[in-house]
Amino acid sequence: MTTQAQPVAADQSLLYPSPLKEFWKAFARNKGAVAGLMFMIVVVFCALFAPWVAPFDPSEQFRDALLTPPSWAEGGQLQYLLGTDELGRDLLSRLIHGARLSLLIGLSSVVMSLIPGIFMGLIAGFFPRILGPSIMRLMDIMLALPSLLLAVAIVAILGAGLINTVIAIAVVSLPSYVRLTRAAVMGELNRDYVTAAKLAGASLPRLMFVTVLPNCLAPLIVQATLSFSSAILDAAALGFLGLGVQPPTPEWGTMLASARDYIERAWWVVSLPGLTILLSVLAINLMGDGLRDALDPKLKNAI
Amino acid sequence: MSLLEIKNLSVRFGDANAVPVVDGLDLTVERGEVLAIVGESGSGKSVTMMALMGLVDAPGIVRADALRFDGHDMLSLSKRQRRQVVGKDLAMIFQDPMTALNPSYTVGFQIEEVLRAHLGLSGRAARARALELLQKVEIPAAASRLDAYPHQLSGGMSQRVAIAMAIAAEPKLLIADEPTTALDVTIQAQIMELLLALQKDQDMGLILITHDLAVVAETAQRVCVMYAGQAVEVGHVPQLFDAPAHPYSEALLAAIPEHSEGAERLSTLPGIVPGRYDRPHGCLLSPRCPYVQENCRQHRPALDPKAQSLARCFYPRNQEVA
Amino acid sequence: MLSFIARRVGLLIPTFFGITLLTFALIRLIPGDPVEVMMGERRVDPEMHAQAMERLGLNKPLYVQYGNYIAQLAHGDLGQSLRTRESVWSEFTSLFPATLELSIAALIFAGVLGLLAGVIAALKRGSLFDHGVMGISLAGYSMPIFWWGLILIMFFSVTLGWTPVSGRIDLLYDIPPKTGFMLIDTLFTEDEGAWMDALRHLILPAIVLGTIPLAVIARMTRSSMLEVLREDYIRTARAKGLSPRRVVFVHGLRNALIPVLTVFGLQVGTLLAGAVLTETIFSWPGVGKWLIEAIGARDYPVVQNGILLIACLIILVNFVVDILYGLANPRIRHQR
Repeated sequence: MTTQAQPVAADQSLLYPSPLKEFWKAFARNKGAVAGLMFMIVVVFCALFAPWVAPFDPSEQFRDALLTPPSWAEGGQLQYLLGTDELGRDLLSRLIHGARLSLLIGLSSVVMSLIPGIFMGLIAGFFPRILGPSIMRLMDIMLALPSLLLAVAIVAILGAGLINTVIAIAVVSLPSYVRLTRAAVMGELNRDYVTAAKLAGASLPRLMFVTVLPNCLAPLIVQATLSFSSAILDAAALGFLGLGVQPPTPEWGTMLASARDYIERAWWVVSLPGLTILLSVLAINLMGDGLRDALDPKLKNAI
Repeated sequence: MSLLEIKNLSVRFGDANAVPVVDGLDLTVERGEVLAIVGESGSGKSVTMMALMGLVDAPGIVRADALRFDGHDMLSLSKRQRRQVVGKDLAMIFQDPMTALNPSYTVGFQIEEVLRAHLGLSGRAARARALELLQKVEIPAAASRLDAYPHQLSGGMSQRVAIAMAIAAEPKLLIADEPTTALDVTIQAQIMELLLALQKDQDMGLILITHDLAVVAETAQRVCVMYAGQAVEVGHVPQLFDAPAHPYSEALLAAIPEHSEGAERLSTLPGIVPGRYDRPHGCLLSPRCPYVQENCRQHRPALDPKAQSLARCFYPRNQEVA
Repeated sequence: MLSFIARRVGLLIPTFFGITLLTFALIRLIPGDPVEVMMGERRVDPEMHAQAMERLGLNKPLYVQYGNYIAQLAHGDLGQSLRTRESVWSEFTSLFPATLELSIAALIFAGVLGLLAGVIAALKRGSLFDHGVMGISLAGYSMPIFWWGLILIMFFSVTLGWTPVSGRIDLLYDIPPKTGFMLIDTLFTEDEGAWMDALRHLILPAIVLGTIPLAVIARMTRSSMLEVLREDYIRTARAKGLSPRRVVFVHGLRNALIPVLTVFGLQVGTLLAGAVLTETIFSWPGVGKWLIEAIGARDYPVVQNGILLIACLIILVNFVVDILYGLANPRIRHQR
């Protein structure tokens, strides 16, 4: 062939960026997701370094400053930036320590349900004749109840408190992971690379965890993010109902329960804890949306 | 006056600097004529017709010097005026019949819609006419099919229903965008026969978009070859097939498997259609053309009359008229 | 269609048994002496204890106990509330209409507004309205509804004084419960202003309860509409020269509504969960508040069978929604 007019060659490395770079590019395109991420970084920071970040101890009561309005409102004082509650405790400090609790609850419940969930989903997918349908029936029954009611029931049995809250939320989130994993596994089992691995003599555990599982992770990651945010909401709801974390522990929902009596007198005790819940959950949901958008098209383009 | 006259049509997605999907296209179709448009996927054949029908949405920008159909200046019509032409005098059927019909309504409902909108028929008259149309497109047991839902029909039957909807208001021009590509081979022939029979019977103009040259040879009077958004050759079918002027048409014809009988490899053109980032400065075929000259790389040829057809080439082939 | 229904009914039965198993197990898991738990009394003397064990069948093997439990349920015996000594069933049926009224009001609010917002957002994709709807709905299901209720009370009841703070109707009125629906019963009385009062009591709880379903329905309608508008048959409809209104509402909406319907039905579960919280905030005398109070008071017969009843309700509603979905989708309707 005679020489032809060559188009300007693009930099090869730019044409095929690494998966991580590609993922970040897709994720960063969603401004909401990035904003959510920024907010969560602040929250995580507060949670990790709460004792040093918070101006006061969350249970310290300032008897001479009961129900002080926030610093910008009339009657507020600068040292109690967000005001104080009915027992004179600094609201900002309680909120910061509450971040620690919420993130702890979220994280532990997700981990506690993700691992058994994936395991059960894998088994349900790999043994579709008897074991699979039985597991799925059990999950369907658990899903028949709305998550909050089931969590309430579990806490009713086990008693109130932080640990039981985590257990209840973990149990309630389990079915979605099982379902998701099973659906993804069954989708992948028909693919050629699984058949190839089987022919090459892969053992069952290897097939499950090394061959198939990594390809099912994308929807699970998105679901984990969403479970995290509903864990925070459910924990707050349980706290509000008096069934979760008990006072004086500064869980955001529990703080709202005692705030009910002060609607007329002290709006900040009611608004601010709820606002933090809203913003945190919103941030996580935005991140989850961004994750889904970033991971899904990749999933579609993957072989 | 021609039934359809398109001059310098261009369609871009994005802003005015975006690469055109259709680039300076000229086309005419006479009453009762069958014109075939051939080209690879991505050559702009479908988009051209969608632009004519007004189906190109933002961010697509449609520009043309002239876009005249049956005396109407399609560019200056209001949306409502255009809707009175489209579906009535100008109709189109699409490639995949299984998704072209609304799954939630019966066949009869979807045909009667057209009759109601364009011919003012309703009630029993509409139903009777719908039945006639189904019989015209040779659907067996037409009466029971009127109340059928699209998922109960096969591909061939769905396409027949689509054709029935298109010819319901007796259009002057029917555009068929690869009507048989998604169908079984045996059904393909039946549908093509049906289309041609209807075309003759109603003296309709027919624009057939296809990549199947055999069908073109059998059915069309004139053919327009498109490449990378441009019309590269337009001519009468017998002459163009016999003596193609544009190297691309030549390559297309050479690539038909029947023409390579006895050879070891099918004849092809190396390279691929230019994309968004590597559009040549000169002739769009220049990176791949076996006969390329330096002139071709620098300048873009215009679509000029050559010996037997209009061709967009500085050095057309087969110019010695037999 | 028949086999579709048959299969759904077939699923219903094991699910029902599964729920009974769950509630049965739940009570057995409560720490402490079972007799004390079931009778609500502490330190029963040994003789009464043995009698109670015999009577309640607690000394028999578990599967026998489960069998007894099912037998009791079959006879409609759901036990007695430890606090009021009323039968659980009669308490449930007297309180349920309140929850039902609230839920229906919330669903109407969420459905009408959600559908409208979703359709308009899809049609005006990318516009300020679209982003607004998306933003508000995201906030809607990210927010703790008990907080939302408190905020609305703070604003509308305390500051503006437009709506009352709690209850179904002012204590001044004595409305005989004919249907259990306050909005209907007040029409029968001669007390003027009773109906308006009932409405004012209903509005805020309905809005609070309906907020999350509203957000979900709006989002779902929008995305379903957007997907449908991309389909080939929409292109065909436009090529037929039909008016944009017809293309969107006749061809588009009909198909877009099908997935929205399933979401709608699934919201019933969310509603019942939300009812628990909403009723607590607004002191709305429904089954949600009843359940929470029972839990707090360790009234275990109520807890056990209350949860059973609510769960059965949800399963039933999901079943009905499933069937409706099958009817709406011609492909399923025509399966043999």
